[in-house]
Amino acid sequence: MSNILVFVEQRDGKVRKAALESLTLGRALAVKTGGTVAAVVAGSGISGLAGELAAYGAAKVFVADAPELALYSCEGYTAALDAAASAFSPSIVLVPGTMMGKDVAPRFAARRGVGLLSDVMTLEVENGRLVGTRPVYSGKARATVAADPAASLQIATPRPNVFQAAKADVPAAGEAVPLALSGLKIRAKVTKIEAAEGGEIDVAEADKIVSGGRGIKGPENWPILKALCHELGAALGASRAAVDAGWIDHSHQVGQTGKVVSPSLYVACGISGAIQHMAGMGSSKVIVAINKDPEAPMFKVATYGIVGDLFQIVPAMTEAAKRMKA
Amino acid sequence: MNHIVCIAYVPDTETKIKIGADGKSIDESDVKWIVSPYDEYALEEAIRAKETKGGTVTVVTFGPAKADVGLRECLARGADDAVRIAADGLAQVDSLGVARLLAAAIKPMSFDALWLGNKGAGTDAQTLVPMLAEMLDLPHINLVTKLEWKDGAVTCWREIEGAKEVVEAPLPALLAAQKGLNEPRYASLKGIMAAKKKTITVKTPADLGVDAASISGEKAAVRWTKLELPPGRQAVKLIPADDPAKAAEELLHLLRDEAKVL
Ligand SMILES: Cc1cc2nc3c(=O)[nH]c(=O)nc-3n(C[C@H](O)[C@H](O)[C@H](O)COP(=O)(O)OP(=O)(O)OC[C@H]3O[C@@H](n4cnc5c(N)ncnc54)[C@H](O)[C@@H]3O)c2cc1C
Ligand SMILES: Nc1ncnc2c1ncn2[C@@H]1O[C@H](COP(=O)(O)O)[C@@H](O)[C@H]1O
Repeated sequence: MSNILVFVEQRDGKVRKAALESLTLGRALAVKTGGTVAAVVAGSGISGLAGELAAYGAAKVFVADAPELALYSCEGYTAALDAAASAFSPSIVLVPGTMMGKDVAPRFAARRGVGLLSDVMTLEVENGRLVGTRPVYSGKARATVAADPAASLQIATPRPNVFQAAKADVPAAGEAVPLALSGLKIRAKVTKIEAAEGGEIDVAEADKIVSGGRGIKGPENWPILKALCHELGAALGASRAAVDAGWIDHSHQVGQTGKVVSPSLYVACGISGAIQHMAGMGSSKVIVAINKDPEAPMFKVATYGIVGDLFQIVPAMTEAAKRMKA
Repeated sequence: MNHIVCIAYVPDTETKIKIGADGKSIDESDVKWIVSPYDEYALEEAIRAKETKGGTVTVVTFGPAKADVGLRECLARGADDAVRIAADGLAQVDSLGVARLLAAAIKPMSFDALWLGNKGAGTDAQTLVPMLAEMLDLPHINLVTKLEWKDGAVTCWREIEGAKEVVEAPLPALLAAQKGLNEPRYASLKGIMAAKKKTITVKTPADLGVDAASISGEKAAVRWTKLELPPGRQAVKLIPADDPAKAAEELLHLLRDEAKVL
């Protein structure tokens, strides 16, 4: 096994951080396999991205640039990945485990008749095969998953925010190779994108999250948490209790039936720590629990905890964060 | 309009997980099983479409005999037929293998919409939807939170990071349900009684022309080589809250200087 192909997610001509994480991971794996790293990117008017990807180690950048690829479609973007894989013949394909990546990678895997290591939090090459680990059963167990060493291709979707993104010491060539996709068949078409309110950071992408649960008492109290979000540069998350009460949109929900996140900091305010909530945030690097009940299960997973009233603690944190910046 | 709904019968999310003797799977004694939560949204949406537009709802699962309980629950809620692909006695089959079995079972059936949950609780893999769509050569829409049926087509609102995509696809299509799509109903007493009389069609992989040995255990495309309990987290460092301002100050300094996350 040697060459590694990385699918690069871009939206509006901007490369997603998760794609740079996958490129960096691809570079680390290439050291072991002795191959080169290439990137593939699909979109419209995106030829200029090759330079940025070269800085992260892409020796070649396959570019599928066409008007019908301007908006994401699984069929269109999978065709781009497939064409790049045919041109480059990689033995490993990495696709960032974002919503787009988790849509594209399995469709591509099925096209090639091979398996997929989904949502891995570690990834290594061992005896010629990809081996990774990932949380399963709502984070109550951890599985080691291994690809079939005999497979023509081994594919993985690394979980966003877990692997570091770092530029290569020496930029790679980044040779742009245009891909012509003939006979493109796009049946499921995006007709419109409805953006969330006022440029908020989405919890799925955030490096820091401040979350509120039933303990915040009502939607009128979100500003207390939002002020802290603002100071920390964090996204606003919520428990299912807060979502089901109608206090906030489901896109903010963290957990089993919400988003699974791995930020470096997760601040849980007035969230008890039910197993289904933990399933979504249990792999966060640092967890802070703020809860007036010392028995709340959140304290069992928390790195730091304050047993107290969130209506006093959270505003005090906002003030402390302001002072720290000053 | 005819619908097919694929359901996974999985350990209840509240269930305590113990590692099995083989060190690769869970110990299934004492486990309570449920229809995977997202699949309930998928089933509910299919039943609602049947109620307004007519047609049938068929539920399909790949699982051992105990999964019949889950299928009966779906029949009780309003599904018309149930098919189980027998997994009894099979070693672990990965998503690619499950997709092959489901594709083989579904291919001869005629339908307008094929429904799945966006994620099967337990393995949490999120891989089956695009795989099955590819194998059946169908368009698919993942993470659907709202939809409108059109003439021979469907418009779905799909959740992505920080936005919603409005996606249109011709039917037949594969649609994957996300939370928010609807509130699943409970089975009525009448439904439960009616479900008892319905038959569940059981097919073996061989009936579907799939060689089970080639997709399970050591032949699976992805193998679980180890299952373990997650590494324990360090005990919590509690900060006294007598003076909220001081507590907050201390916390922020710990986050910056000790945890180095600020
Ligand atoms: C199939 C299934 C899927 C689920 N999926 C999810 C999911 O994706 N995400 C999710 O979050 N849940 C999920 N749940 C629900 C989950 O089981 C819990 O019900 C939910 O997480 C509870 O939310 P909560 O912690 O906000 O509320 P509660 O459990 O009511 O906790 C509120 C907490 O706030 C504290 N509090 C109250 N007032 C204050 C105050 N003034 N200051 C400080 N602390 C205070 C209380 O001590 C308490 O600990 C799911 C459940 C099921 C069955
Ligand atoms: N054994 C199974 N039988 C039938 N459908 C399944 C099975 N496993 C998963 N599914 C379907 O595939 C969806 C996604 O599962 P997964 O890709 O495993 O996360 C589930 O919500 C189900 O609709």
